[in-house]
Amino acid sequence: MKKIILTTALLAIPALAWGEGEAPTALSNADAIALVQDHANYLWTLVAAALVFFMQAGFAMVESGFTRAKSAVNIMMKNMMDFSMGSIAFWAIGFGLMFGASSTGWFGTTDFFLSGWTPDGDPWVLAFWMFQCVFAGTAATIVSGAMAERTKFTSYLIYSAFLCAIIYPIFGSWAWGSLLNGNGWLEKLGFIDFAGSTVVHSVGGWAALAGAIVLGPRIGKYGPAGEVRAIPGHNIPMAALGVFILWLGWFGFNPGSTTTADKSIAMIFVNTNLAAAAGAVLAMVTSWVMFKKPDVGMTLNGALAGLVGITAGCANVSPTSSIIIGAIAGVLVVLSVVTIDKMHIDDPVGAVSVHGVCGAWGTLAAGLFNMGGTTMKIMTTQLIGIGAAFVWAFGAAFILFKTIDIVVGLRVSEEEEMQGVDICEHGANAYNDFQVH
Amino acid sequence: MKKIVAIIKPFKLDELKGALHDLGVNGMTVTEVKGFGRQKGHKEIYRGAEYVVDFIPKVKIEIVCAADMVDKITTTIMQSVKTGKIGDGKIFVSPIESICRIRTGETDQDAI
Repeated sequence: MKKIILTTALLAIPALAWGEGEAPTALSNADAIALVQDHANYLWTLVAAALVFFMQAGFAMVESGFTRAKSAVNIMMKNMMDFSMGSIAFWAIGFGLMFGASSTGWFGTTDFFLSGWTPDGDPWVLAFWMFQCVFAGTAATIVSGAMAERTKFTSYLIYSAFLCAIIYPIFGSWAWGSLLNGNGWLEKLGFIDFAGSTVVHSVGGWAALAGAIVLGPRIGKYGPAGEVRAIPGHNIPMAALGVFILWLGWFGFNPGSTTTADKSIAMIFVNTNLAAAAGAVLAMVTSWVMFKKPDVGMTLNGALAGLVGITAGCANVSPTSSIIIGAIAGVLVVLSVVTIDKMHIDDPVGAVSVHGVCGAWGTLAAGLFNMGGTTMKIMTTQLIGIGAAFVWAFGAAFILFKTIDIVVGLRVSEEEEMQGVDICEHGANAYNDFQVH
Repeated sequence: MKKIVAIIKPFKLDELKGALHDLGVNGMTVTEVKGFGRQKGHKEIYRGAEYVVDFIPKVKIEIVCAADMVDKITTTIMQSVKTGKIGDGKIFVSPIESICRIRTGETDQDAI
């Protein structure tokens, strides 16, 4: 009898642990398992958000490494501020436009100022906001590189707020709105862009193109006969560190876009890595053939091109396809950088080629290499998405930059540019005790 | 008293310093310099665009010595820094009027 009582008491211990004093049932176990899964989803999404946040450091290093020492302070300030101002703009306006309820499919109209969250409500919206906020920051910071060394700082601040509040979120709502409360017209067509080749990278890349065109090239980039002149970057190891940081960050960018801790992240991780590797190798080979030497700048761009290329299709193409996608992106980025240079559009870091061009390629490739097979309809939808991104992002950014140019001026004076934006815009020098060019 | 100034390839500096030390030279001044000579500049490629580096980095060394040491020192410099390729540099010799060691106030021969 004593033994039976003891056994019953022991059996009751786990039941007590659930606080109800009742024995676990199949139903309560299912709830407990779901709770663990839920927690894992939060954890994975937020860890991934932290990885994507670190990409800001990557962009800052790439950009300043590829430009002159006299612009490094300005670049640090731009990268710091496009994320800081962008976070607040995305909190106030962007997030609502992107993920708020939408009756039209063109933009959301609820969830401004994170109003979807209440202290006793479901905190998922916070985790989701954080992940989306670092994405908005990524789109904003892409533009900085293409406009480096000659942009007025105040004008850049205005641009960053607009991009994170309006340009990026509106396109985002078309493709991703239904991830929360919205419903975009593009996603209804079946547009595939898992982690944002188009939504983040092409949008940033096309806005960068608009910026570089409105600004015009840096003094000395083109000779009197229109020949392309190199303006070598001041710190290639720093640029390389930036690319490694971005590559690491992409392990949050792509696999994190599941916002779910499940087994699917393994393939996305592998695809992300293989595409980057193939992009770097093929960009190196292409530069070697074209310029007789394996060019470090192009190879670094190649890794990023592969990463941008696989971002759309990382969840729906095979690892073998990822290599092909990355490899083509690697070739494409070198040809694109050379072509854009020849068009007299001065993009010091290759942002338009890496993010705009390879983002478009990746979006097309996501349809082309779809593991479930591809159809004319899928390809048409992908093309519509690519075209819509170009028209919207380039168009809106072009109008924005033109307006800024007329109202406050987009570019520093010739004298200030010669002296360097660090001294004239910030009164500071990145490398005190050194002679800076 | 003479001053020997030599413009040499930077990677030859350590070798030269060793050789001069063995010769008994107990002081020299080294400066990082840039310039061009017959070598002109050289071409580099950055992101697909060629550009000319007009001024090539060199090292300038300055040695002040007694007049009878000049031949030995210039021979040593020629032997240790010569590669036979364009850009090996030049040696200039000029007279020195006076020398003063700041710490002790010694002058001329005593101050070398």
